[in-house]
Amino acid sequence: MLDKLYGIHENALSLKARRMEVLSNNIANADTPGYKARDVDFQKVLSWQLGAGGLETTHSGHLASPHALDNGQVFTIPYNTSVDGNTVEMGLEQAKFGKAAMEYQATLDFLQGRVTGYKRALKGE
Amino acid sequence: MSMEKIFSVAGSALAGQLVRMNTTASNLANSSNTSGSEEEAFKAKRVVFRTLVMDETIGDQTRYAGSIHIQNITEDPTPPPKSYDPGNPSADEDGYVYQSNVNEVSEMVEMTAASRSYQNNIEVINTAKQMMMRTLEVMKA
Repeated sequence: MLDKLYGIHENALSLKARRMEVLSNNIANADTPGYKARDVDFQKVLSWQLGAGGLETTHSGHLASPHALDNGQVFTIPYNTSVDGNTVEMGLEQAKFGKAAMEYQATLDFLQGRVTGYKRALKGE
Repeated sequence: MSMEKIFSVAGSALAGQLVRMNTTASNLANSSNTSGSEEEAFKAKRVVFRTLVMDETIGDQTRYAGSIHIQNITEDPTPPPKSYDPGNPSADEDGYVYQSNVNEVSEMVEMTAASRSYQNNIEVINTAKQMMMRTLEVMKA
């Protein structure tokens, strides 16, 4: 029962933290020649984490699910190309990072709501 | 917790951008150097970054994939401007001196770009820090 305490929010939080990590990589590599900007396909990973679409590996000879290999990462298709092959568009990445941070906070708020709820239930007020 | 990777990656970017700013400062400081031969003339330096594709552990430090490294520092291949100045102590036997090939305008642009990138990464660190603090506070509710 305990592992279901936080529902989807537990998975969502770690996924959103990872998305922020990927986006921060893009911002850090804004001046690296040939760097290709990445993003996390939220829908894809979430459905995979919830057990839909992914292949289970029950034997050492099984090939890993394609999702497990790329971790749901996708390359961002740039609006404009640059001479050095870098596809980071700073304004876009900043906007995405800000939005990702906001989504992370939203998930945190949901989690906090659960914690508060359970605490209240335990106290029996 | 993956948030700590953000600190490491953004930190590597800060270090890289600082090197870039230092290089620009050095280029600007040496922009009016003169020398007696084309080879000895000061050449503008440029920092080239590269991305770490896998986690690397050097000593007790782990550098995460996506961190930036300085691949090399290249020299601007533009030929240095040559001028006739026989009174200059560094002039060659024909009275020519070679100036540095530093372009002040592009150095200023480079410096602004580096400082903007630095600020961006600072913002990333700040945001990640706030998120971590908020995560810690969840249980306090």
